[in-house]
Amino acid sequence: MIQVRSLSKFYGKKPVVEEVSVDIQPGKITSFIGPNGAGKSTLLSMVSRLLDADTGEVLVDNADVRRMKSQEFAKRVSILKQSNHMNVRLTIRELVSFGRFPYSKGRLTEEDERIVEQSLEYMHLTEMEDSFLDELSGGQRQRAFIAMVIAQDTDYILLDEPLNNLDMKHSVQIMKILRRLVDELGKTVVIVLHDINFASVYSDRIVAMKDGKVVKDGPTEEIIQSEALSEIYDMDIPIREMDNCRICVYFNS
Amino acid sequence: MRNSMKIASLVLIAAGCCALYLFHDLNGSFDYALPRRAIKVMAMVITGFTIAYATVVFQTITHNRILTPSIMGLDSLYLLLQTLIIFFLGSGHMIVVNKQVNFLLSAVVMVLFALLLYRFLFKKGGQSIYFLLLVGIIVGTFFSSISTFFQVLIDPNEFQIVQDRMFASFNNINADLVWLALVIIGLVAIYAWRYLKYLDVLSLGREMAINLGVPYDSIVKKMLVIVAIFISISTALVGPITFFGLIVANLSYQFFKTHKHRVLISGSVIMSIIALVGGQWVVERVFTFSTTLSVIINFIGGVYFIYLLLKERKTG
Repeated sequence: MIQVRSLSKFYGKKPVVEEVSVDIQPGKITSFIGPNGAGKSTLLSMVSRLLDADTGEVLVDNADVRRMKSQEFAKRVSILKQSNHMNVRLTIRELVSFGRFPYSKGRLTEEDERIVEQSLEYMHLTEMEDSFLDELSGGQRQRAFIAMVIAQDTDYILLDEPLNNLDMKHSVQIMKILRRLVDELGKTVVIVLHDINFASVYSDRIVAMKDGKVVKDGPTEEIIQSEALSEIYDMDIPIREMDNCRICVYFNS
Repeated sequence: MRNSMKIASLVLIAAGCCALYLFHDLNGSFDYALPRRAIKVMAMVITGFTIAYATVVFQTITHNRILTPSIMGLDSLYLLLQTLIIFFLGSGHMIVVNKQVNFLLSAVVMVLFALLLYRFLFKKGGQSIYFLLLVGIIVGTFFSSISTFFQVLIDPNEFQIVQDRMFASFNNINADLVWLALVIIGLVAIYAWRYLKYLDVLSLGREMAINLGVPYDSIVKKMLVIVAIFISISTALVGPITFFGLIVANLSYQFFKTHKHRVLISGSVIMSIIALVGGQWVVERVFTFSTTLSVIINFIGGVYFIYLLLKERKTG
């Protein structure tokens, strides 16, 4: 379990994340939703050590994140940010092999090669493993990065808006993969989403943030309710149930 | 495998250049000319190694392939130091004439300056590397301006001496200093070797590097200190020549097309040895000292730099 204890981040005097405490349940998909500027990405960055928190602490399986060695942390928690611009030209396979860096420090063992192979297969990338990343479409790139995270083989996988700039087909593809990671491999996935319908259909739990604070935290059924959502987004959000999915019809409200 | 072939052939060319420089037109002068040439070759190898190494590392840390470590202002500091010493103490003073003292003083001042700069910037925490570069540019410009100010005031004969220091030169290398530099750089390079593997990951960007378990801040700090030591030593030994690193680093990226820093750094080091030793041979035998190596290097480097800018603009 990841436990966030009264975590805060200030830019100047302005709090971006303020006294946030939340528990991430293991073996589930937890979605962070909320308006722009609510502090979701900042919170995720602090949990994954990309940003230093100003106050508070993060515990991963009861161990304080700040006391953990970088390498050990990288074997337990991985993070994928929304923009992954880089300066080097890599093939898919080279990128996925980087996922083994916390284990082998760049010298891949046979086991590492096997895991890289499996990750590529899992993401259906084996045929194009020698393509360069800058030749791929957005959806393929995102799959390559997720394959790297799978090769990193962490219990916790954090993703910051993985559906950004993806079309519907690829968004569904990515969400289904994340669902499989949880159901088949027992991973814990934490994801920042803007599309509440994806959050509603695919996640087990939803944490809603607003103005740097957690305003709602609970199972998906509890959060995807008109009253709860209108409180979060300050707009009227009717909900329709169809094919066992709760869909928010907010487009002309 | 193919890259190791490339490295091997480069090593052969480098060895060929060194042999040509050492033995061409020697006329049996094994006792006099050979040791002197050997010292020069060693100085060029040291310079080539430090500049190439420092530039590749620096470009990886800053994610920018058209920067050189000279942006941090170490070169300008060196020139300022030399100008001030000659202005206030005169060109006959021990610090100017005695090469050992001058070397140690310059190297120590430059390394201390770099450490102070880093300390000041990293103390606040969370400062980006670009802020460091910005401060480096400003401080460097400040140093150059003061140097120019004193160079205008200085006695014309003394200015000749200052001008000599403004360009890298391998013609009056002190043998003791070469050995000293070799030992220091060897020790630092051995220390740095085990961190090279992190550089591969650093080129994926800060967030990726942290995700993959690289202690980012501490590695970047260590690397910047190593860059500062290398640049300081080579500048104090032969003079400012950092622009040269831009050429060899980029040639190495184009030639090897890999992200593995052990290959990139080895490649650029060997290329810079070829360029320096081969170039110096051309300067001595073809131009018969009518020009200096750093003039040629700055000329070729400048042309290549413009080519890089145009190419980057097209792809970006």
